Amino acid sequence: MDFQTAVFFFLSAILIFAALRVITARNPVYAALHLMLAFFTTGGLWLMLQAEFLAIALIVVYVGAVMVLFLFVVMMLDINMDRIREGFWNYLPLGAVLGLLMVLEMGLVLGSKYFQVPISEAVVPSGVSNTKEIGALLVTDYVFPFELAAVILLVGMIAAVVLTFRGVKKSKISNPNQQVFVKAKDRMRVLQMPVEKD
Amino acid sequence: MDALMNFGQGIFGGVWPAVWTLIKIVLIVAPLMLGVAYLTYFERKVIGYMQQRIGPNRVGPWGLIQPIADGLKLLLKEIIVPSGSSKAVFIIAPMLAIAPALAAWAVIPFTDSLVLANIDASLLYILAITSMGVYGIILSGWASNSKYAFLGAMRSAAQMVSYEIAMGFALITVLMVAGSLNLVEIVNGQSRGQFADMGLGFLSWNWLPLLPMFLVYLISGTAELNRAPFDIAEGESEIVAGFHVEYSGMAFALFFLAEYANMILIAALTSILFLGGWLSPVGFLPDGILWMFAKMSFVLLLFLWFRATFPRYRYDLLMRLGWKVFLPLCFFWVIIVGVWMITPLNIWN
Repeated sequence: MDFQTAVFFFLSAILIFAALRVITARNPVYAALHLMLAFFTTGGLWLMLQAEFLAIALIVVYVGAVMVLFLFVVMMLDINMDRIREGFWNYLPLGAVLGLLMVLEMGLVLGSKYFQVPISEAVVPSGVSNTKEIGALLVTDYVFPFELAAVILLVGMIAAVVLTFRGVKKSKISNPNQQVFVKAKDRMRVLQMPVEKD
Repeated sequence: MDALMNFGQGIFGGVWPAVWTLIKIVLIVAPLMLGVAYLTYFERKVIGYMQQRIGPNRVGPWGLIQPIADGLKLLLKEIIVPSGSSKAVFIIAPMLAIAPALAAWAVIPFTDSLVLANIDASLLYILAITSMGVYGIILSGWASNSKYAFLGAMRSAAQMVSYEIAMGFALITVLMVAGSLNLVEIVNGQSRGQFADMGLGFLSWNWLPLLPMFLVYLISGTAELNRAPFDIAEGESEIVAGFHVEYSGMAFALFFLAEYANMILIAALTSILFLGGWLSPVGFLPDGILWMFAKMSFVLLLFLWFRATFPRYRYDLLMRLGWKVFLPLCFFWVIIVGVWMITPLNIWN
């Protein structure tokens, strides 16, 4: 076994372990952390395929930005795991069927002749930067799908802004007239709640 | 040098390249750690003089041993793990903070030949590795099981994600004019130009044609570092010390080391991307590593100066600056540079 194969098995083992932990971890924060580990090891595997741009882009986008926001949300959720685990056995058959279907589809796609690249052709000659190659392809052959993706993202962004927009606050100057007539019950609400015990 | 290589080859045989790389890593990390220690001393002295105090002056001559004494003190202290904390994450978080701060140094060139890994996509690598630094802060805040730490972590996550975008765009303009992601190429690109031919190299560096992006990068860099005046993640007057309020001893020291190592890293990056790296500012002086160190020291001094001068930014103003001022400015400037480059006025060919 040469060094590359050893690295491949090492990374794959970590990837499979991390992916399993994502779905088995009881704590959603741990699940998110293992997902981050899974992305990172996938980046390592892509580096071994000499796709350094894609590998680093994966880490920048998913580990550096998406997962941060994910963790941000997951940390603030108060998730009751026992309630989520209820009905696990009821949903298992449906989930198993869907999972098998996905494995089958993936096998068909990956096994097709379009995905078979001979090892002799898969080696990138030195001096070729795949960042430049991808960039050149994006603005020549694939410029239309690329622009289309950009427009779709823009629509999504505007939709998110419209959904959360609450109107412009024109001025931050305080009005003394309103301040004078303010009453305690306008500003403060006294809640009765049971004492929290851990 | 050849004698050393042959000697190593003789002793270690096939594993010599790995050993040699390890030696080079030590040669980068050891001075870096020493630099971190004395940056803290320098910071206390500089801010002391700016505020008409003396600063540390008791341990050793002019207080020069002070950082060593501080380090020893932190080493000997107990690490207290709060009850109800998530222990594994609590221990891992400081490591996640320091690891990217050190790993990023792998591709930083000190001169055109003095670099550990001269890879093609080094700028992308830096972007990827530094974007992971935020995990140390978020996880430490979450794992501490403390309200103040959690608030600090939330603030910091929002801040770092916002300013990373402006920083990324500043980098995009630099790589547009350099036409390369390789840091050595980026510096070499700055050695050419009309002013460089006249012997006034410092006017050919990226800071002048990309002046708005230089300022955006410097300010976003300060925000990424959680340094004053953007230190709302620590905010000691509001949330005690933010994300590392529950940390003590060496675990706290790791956060401290990471912050200062990142400061030196951003200073090095600013020098390489905008201030011409190891290039000499004028034609009659030779290029060399000393220029690199001089530029890094200047940027570091700027960070300390900011801290001594500006009061802490309010949170909503901080978000406004990142999203409503820097981001449109960056978009605009990328277009301007793009148009500039296809006109006959293009100065980068």
